[in-house]
Amino acid sequence: MSASTAVTQRVAASSSTLTGRRLRPGRVLLHAFLIAMTALWAFPLFWAVYSSLRPISDTVKNGYVSWPAGGLSLDNYRAFWTEADLPYFYANTLVIVVPSVILILLLASMVAFACTQFTWRFNLTVLMIFTAGNLLPPQVIIVPLYHIYLGTPIPYFTELDVGRFIFPFFSDNNLLYDQYIGIMLIHVVFQTGFATFVLSNYMKTISKEITESAIMDGAHVLRIWWNIVLPLCRPALAAMATLLFTFIYNDFFWALILLKTGDKRPITSALNNLSGEFFSNNNLIAAGALLAAVPPILIYIFLQKQFIAGLTLGSTKG
Amino acid sequence: MARTTSISPAAPAPEAGELVATGRGRYHVLTRYDRRVLAVMVGIPLLLEVVLIWWPVVSSIYLSLTNWDGVGDVTPQNFVGLKNYQFLLSGGYFQFWPAVAHNFIWLAWLTFLATPLGIFFAVLLDRDMRGTRIYQSVFYLPVVLSLVVVGFIWELQFSPTDGFINNAFGLVKSGNIIDWLGNPRINLFAVLVAASWRHVGYMMVIYLAGLKSVDPTLREAAKVDGANEVQIFFRVVFPVMAPINTVIVVLTTIESLRAFDLAFIINQGKNGLELLSILITNNSISESTRVGFGSAIAVILLVISLGPIIAFLSQAMRTVRS
Repeated sequence: MSASTAVTQRVAASSSTLTGRRLRPGRVLLHAFLIAMTALWAFPLFWAVYSSLRPISDTVKNGYVSWPAGGLSLDNYRAFWTEADLPYFYANTLVIVVPSVILILLLASMVAFACTQFTWRFNLTVLMIFTAGNLLPPQVIIVPLYHIYLGTPIPYFTELDVGRFIFPFFSDNNLLYDQYIGIMLIHVVFQTGFATFVLSNYMKTISKEITESAIMDGAHVLRIWWNIVLPLCRPALAAMATLLFTFIYNDFFWALILLKTGDKRPITSALNNLSGEFFSNNNLIAAGALLAAVPPILIYIFLQKQFIAGLTLGSTKG
Repeated sequence: MARTTSISPAAPAPEAGELVATGRGRYHVLTRYDRRVLAVMVGIPLLLEVVLIWWPVVSSIYLSLTNWDGVGDVTPQNFVGLKNYQFLLSGGYFQFWPAVAHNFIWLAWLTFLATPLGIFFAVLLDRDMRGTRIYQSVFYLPVVLSLVVVGFIWELQFSPTDGFINNAFGLVKSGNIIDWLGNPRINLFAVLVAASWRHVGYMMVIYLAGLKSVDPTLREAAKVDGANEVQIFFRVVFPVMAPINTVIVVLTTIESLRAFDLAFIINQGKNGLELLSILITNNSISESTRVGFGSAIAVILLVISLGPIIAFLSQAMRTVRS
């Protein structure tokens, strides 16, 4: 009897430490430190939200660091949304990001499939060419790339008009420069390097015997890629789609250099132009920046798992 | 079906470059059709990669030896040898050495402050602890934001009369306004604070994933031997994490060399925020006509980048072979 009470006591003691009922000073200190750091980390964003909700009249009268005497409202968001014609810039983004992500996943999964499921002489070399290409600072290639874009003739056939939004097929100035397809092309090529690396890391974990036995059964490689390997890679593809969407959505550099017309810029790079025109005060800056951050924040909320998986698939062994 | 199937070990050795599926001691030669399909599957992306990434790399090197102004063709008369490099390295272009210094300060800041802090957070949060998920979520939030948005968010902190910092510390009232983003002696550090806000979370996420893969019995064994937490991390966990440590160092270095967006948004990379990446575009893009000169800066950036790229590739290939 006494032995069993001792056991129950010990169990009770250990479970109480597990639930943290018996607070150890180390843990308290740790939580205090982490709470302080998270407060510090969350503050800039909190401040942006707070500023964006305050009417300019209030901040002019009471200063930025003050209680919201004039109340809080969404007026800054409303003003920026309509004055800067944000839906239009969201459309620019969408038309660039969605096809790019799909194309990247197709191309990268093909290369990764061929390089990991089959052994041939240059498969490692090819993987290295793609991986290294994505590690280069984009500025290293921008000068010749800019001139390639200026020197490549692209025909014009027709255009798709949706209200104010016009999508030319394929180029309205007969160049690759300053075109939606041009900006898509560089995203596709640059990020295919990254996606190839990540997907090949993932595909390496798929047994080659699956591919091999499918070939024995008479399946062609295209079918094996599409019907067998790609479905097995679904988690990795979802993670990459999430990550690539965020990367391309957040791009500033390529759009800044390769798109000249302000009206063709996707929202992230347009924000910088718009700031000169419409940002008359910090409250509007805050509202504009937060509006441009809505899709990534939605990803943060709803696709956190995929996003983190995408980031870490590339750096760990999967 | 014209499928050549050979399972016997005496099958002819595959020709050079032939695609062969390997298995346990037997191999299976693909049909010509399959080989062609695979060649196309690799060939199209590879062609794009070579034409739009590697050809420009080679062109940058070539252009850096010229004084081409971006108009018309490059003629033999444009060829100036190493003059652009001489001019740069001798300090003839006064923004060059400051930009190099800024890139290295950026690198040092991230390497010795932001990245270790991210690792520290990861180590603290990698345990069964109440609220660890919430803490992680807060640190990682800035990672999803674009640097443009990060720049705007921090302008709200740093701006001279309307920013939070100067107002909260009473510097506006007392008339001692600090121009965090305008003063060339401090603006680089203000920008680095903003860059770190994002970088720390990024490093934390990657390190956390690495820590999860460390065999827990290693830690327990060390604990039984009487090691404390600090000793366990530095003597047991850190050495086991060698591959992740390499990745972390490489990513940090590449981030520092790529730094562009924040500095460009704040003041287009002038007045204390000069960076190599910005000098390239400022000299060679759109109305700027010093294409050869800008390309020389690009080549210098390329040479510096080769270090981390090679480190990453050798790490990645080691994992492939193992």
